[in-house]
Amino acid sequence: MNLLPLFQWCEESGLGRTVRESVWAFAAVESIHLLSLATMGGAVLLVDLRLLNLGLRQRPVREVASEMQPFMNRGLAVLVVSGLTLFAAEAVKCYYSSPFQLKILALLVATLFTYTVRRKVVLSESTEGGGARILVALVSIGLWFTVAAAGRWIGFSG
Amino acid sequence: MSLLPFCQWLAATPGSIALHESLFMYPLIESVHVLTICLFVGMTMVLDLRLTGLVLRKVPVGDIVSRLQPWMFLGFFVMVTSGLLLFYAIPIRSYQNIFFRVKVVFLVLAGLNALVFHTGIFADAAAWGRDAEPPSRARLAGVASLVLWAGVIVTGRLIAYNWFDCDKPQPGWVQVATGCSYDPQQ
Repeated sequence: MNLLPLFQWCEESGLGRTVRESVWAFAAVESIHLLSLATMGGAVLLVDLRLLNLGLRQRPVREVASEMQPFMNRGLAVLVVSGLTLFAAEAVKCYYSSPFQLKILALLVATLFTYTVRRKVVLSESTEGGGARILVALVSIGLWFTVAAAGRWIGFSG
Repeated sequence: MSLLPFCQWLAATPGSIALHESLFMYPLIESVHVLTICLFVGMTMVLDLRLTGLVLRKVPVGDIVSRLQPWMFLGFFVMVTSGLLLFYAIPIRSYQNIFFRVKVVFLVLAGLNALVFHTGIFADAAAWGRDAEPPSRARLAGVASLVLWAGVIVTGRLIAYNWFDCDKPQPGWVQVATGCSYDPQQ
């Protein structure tokens, strides 16, 4: 299956054209993308640190996680929308970019992991299984780190 | 006083040239810089949101400060170090970049806000730290921090854009703000 026509269609879409041809749009959307990265990254890190018994260790994991949940969800929503907008502006470049492929792969795995395994662990009432919680935190940090670093790298390649 | 001669000297040092010309070091440092922003601004944001009474309302402010401060310091240290290295790689252009200059102003204001908070407002946190809704001066410090750090991030990202660079003609106010004038000879 060749996805190139899909990427070309994105690049030629009204959104892609508008962002690409405007002087300010790409930079403005990129700034929003970065701000929501800090919001979502902070919300994820705070809970992961708590799982590692660092940070807010006097509060239960469940409490920290449910307090941070809205910031993670909304941060991710804004990240995805602004990210798709940036993508539309340079879809064909992304098609040939290995950092982009790595980023999307890591993003899919990270999102799936966060909303299944990690969600179950952080919202659980039980405080058992310290080793599993540490593993979940390390996997989460590793996956999201890959998403952000590979994403930053798209701008440096090609 | 112009720091341009200093930046020119800095740009000519072997370390600066090596960073500037390396294929991987600059992007690597840049990535570290962005990731430590998540750590530092992310943790700072949690404290700011607590100060405005939006999250962790049941947790005393003093607890949040004492638990998160080591992470803020770690994030701040790596963020500043990587930031200085990024400046070291491209000193002259950064110095004459309008967004870089605005970013420095935001950084100074964010620092002053943190200073006022930690030496003044937070000093009597024993009295209000358990309130779900902290007093207005603490809420103001929280909002100011959120706005100022957002300003730092946005202007920092915009440094990469050359809209106001010195290598092309610019309106008078830009020349004043960036401290450079366009010279077609160059």
